Amino acid sequence: MTVQEPNSFRVGPDEEGRFGQFGGRFVAETLMPLILDLEKAYAEAKVDKSFQREMENLWRYYVGRPSPLYFASRLTEKLGGAKIYLKRDELNHTGAHKINNVLGQILLARRMGKTRIIAETGAGQHGVATATVCAKFGLKCVVFMGETDVERQKPNVFRMKLLGAEIIPVTSGRGTLKDAMNEALRDWVTNVEDTFYCIGTVAGPHPYPAMVRDFQSIIGWETKSQMKHAEGRLPDTLCACIGGGSNAMGLFHPFLDDAEVKIIGVEAGGKGVDTNEHAASLTGGRPGVLHGNRTYLLQDDDGQILDAHSISAGLDYPGIGPEHSWLKEAGRVEYASVTDTEALEAFQLCCEMEGIIPALEPAHALAHVMKIAPDLPNDHLLVLNMCGRGDKDIFTVAEALGTKI
Amino acid sequence: MSRIQQRFEKLKDENRAAFVSFVMGGDPNPTASLKLLKSLPAAGVDVIEIGMPFTDPMADGPAIQLAGQRALSSGQTMAKTLKLVTDFRKDDAETPIVLMGYYNPIFSYGVDAFLKAANDAGVDGLIVVDLPPEEDAELCIPAREAGLDFIRLATPTTDDKRLEKVLTNTSGFVYYVSVNGITGVKSAEADEIDSAVARIKAKTDLPVVVGFGVKTPEQAAAIAIKADGVVVGSAIVDMIAGKLDKKGGAKVGLVKSVSTFAKSLADAVHTARGA
Ligand SMILES: Cc1ncc(COP(=O)(O)O)c(C=O)c1O
Repeated sequence: MTVQEPNSFRVGPDEEGRFGQFGGRFVAETLMPLILDLEKAYAEAKVDKSFQREMENLWRYYVGRPSPLYFASRLTEKLGGAKIYLKRDELNHTGAHKINNVLGQILLARRMGKTRIIAETGAGQHGVATATVCAKFGLKCVVFMGETDVERQKPNVFRMKLLGAEIIPVTSGRGTLKDAMNEALRDWVTNVEDTFYCIGTVAGPHPYPAMVRDFQSIIGWETKSQMKHAEGRLPDTLCACIGGGSNAMGLFHPFLDDAEVKIIGVEAGGKGVDTNEHAASLTGGRPGVLHGNRTYLLQDDDGQILDAHSISAGLDYPGIGPEHSWLKEAGRVEYASVTDTEALEAFQLCCEMEGIIPALEPAHALAHVMKIAPDLPNDHLLVLNMCGRGDKDIFTVAEALGTKI
Repeated sequence: MSRIQQRFEKLKDENRAAFVSFVMGGDPNPTASLKLLKSLPAAGVDVIEIGMPFTDPMADGPAIQLAGQRALSSGQTMAKTLKLVTDFRKDDAETPIVLMGYYNPIFSYGVDAFLKAANDAGVDGLIVVDLPPEEDAELCIPAREAGLDFIRLATPTTDDKRLEKVLTNTSGFVYYVSVNGITGVKSAEADEIDSAVARIKAKTDLPVVVGFGVKTPEQAAAIAIKADGVVVGSAIVDMIAGKLDKKGGAKVGLVKSVSTFAKSLADAVHTARGA
């Protein structure tokens, strides 16, 4: 299939919220007026200088941005090829990139006069970020989390409680991230007046995929200017992990029209993409409609959604943001996958070589970098999005390594 | 004239509202599900909605979620749901059948193939929860071209301006979702429903049918005075859930209990306007 190359990869979505055939607004009628309101409010905020200023101020003084672009010299030496830089979003307040987006959405919720914030969470990072910003602004916060995830992410559950959030364990379906998202949507249709749904990734109905991407794009813009400062030019390769795809879109989007920059997204291959236990929707799925948009999904022959599997709870989602589906079909971004085992090795290597305990999510991106970096020349500039720290994962890793803590 | 239109015209002549019942296709298993469907017209059900099960029913409450899970674990597929309609049609050519569900199983089946199979099976209309007017090109317009009614939901959040948009490509009837929320949880007050029905009727000649949260014959009767029809889903589905053995199989008497309950609702709806 030949896909017509657009003039720019950065102009989507169109007015219907589509990126090519992907995206859209597949929601119940009850929600339709709400997402139209949101779209309007966001369009106004986006061009409002005071909104921008407020966000920049909080990014700087509350989150700690800009996050450093750090040259990982020992990793570089060890892999013996490309020059590896880490974009250190794991140093953000609350330990991941998630807060970039949450701040934007909560400021918007305040502009819209909403007083109750709901969110879904898998690993708990988005839940923690949402609970944090709600605490800061004195907003009521309700977080939906699959029962299975509540069990395996206890420290984050307690963190959210300390921050004053109410946690609702979701037992419907099989109790993971996808079910938490269903339950959040059910809450939203029930509480239409006062509630703002703060989605944690570049998924959901339009305008969420574009809005979350815009809020996360700060990662890519900073990288662009930091790399210019460090090396005087653009990077050659970008690499990021993909759950729903928000940290990846954030890094990639400002570079999409820089044709010389190679861009790679890394999905969670779980126990292998040829097994039933993985979360690689682009590699192992096909287009379908879920949670308000059309995108690649893990599904059976009858269009029933399958459960994803990954050692990383944050990547454990059977879908992916619609813009990624489009970028894959347009051929602009390359998508790869790595297994649980490879991610674990990368996790350990990062700890030992750089003194950085990565989250299991970016450990996936690193695992892919470990495969490609050795074959690249020494002047090849590679940026890996270190989008989260691994404190939340030490129990999972200990168990996988057979260690008792 | 379509079966749906015929049915509503007949009811209008008789000055009574339609009783519309929802059951999940394949719940609790294919055999019991067919038997149950076949018992409904005699119980007084005027229009049958059959749910197409989906793993992620984002507008449904626990009762219908569980019904979908029961159907899926007994092996229900889209092809089997269509077969259920074919089998039902073998001895009922009149009762309108509306398939209700979510878009992905249809999209996965292929829109054109699905519309053809639905027509061949004897389906009359479709309700697809996650296809608002903004996505009409996906299924609504092709369905209308294929001769199937596309029944749309109007909700309390649908204001007057939007109502026009909602009504534009709607056919068969308008389904007024009486509460903001998911199926089977909250119920609305009868006077709120009446004013919403009047608001919709001012803008369309289509019958207006009310659903979500209607559980008892009394509630159904109160709505049936003004509305053209009343839908009961979760309460019927709950009845099915209560008649299952430990392994999820149908207990003796399941069909009887459900059709008796359906009859009590149908009677209440049919006599509401005082014969
Ligand atoms: C550190 C980290 N990285 C990545 C993800 C995956 O999300 P996304 O693909 O939207 O960046 C998560 C989600 O919880 C996360 O916590």
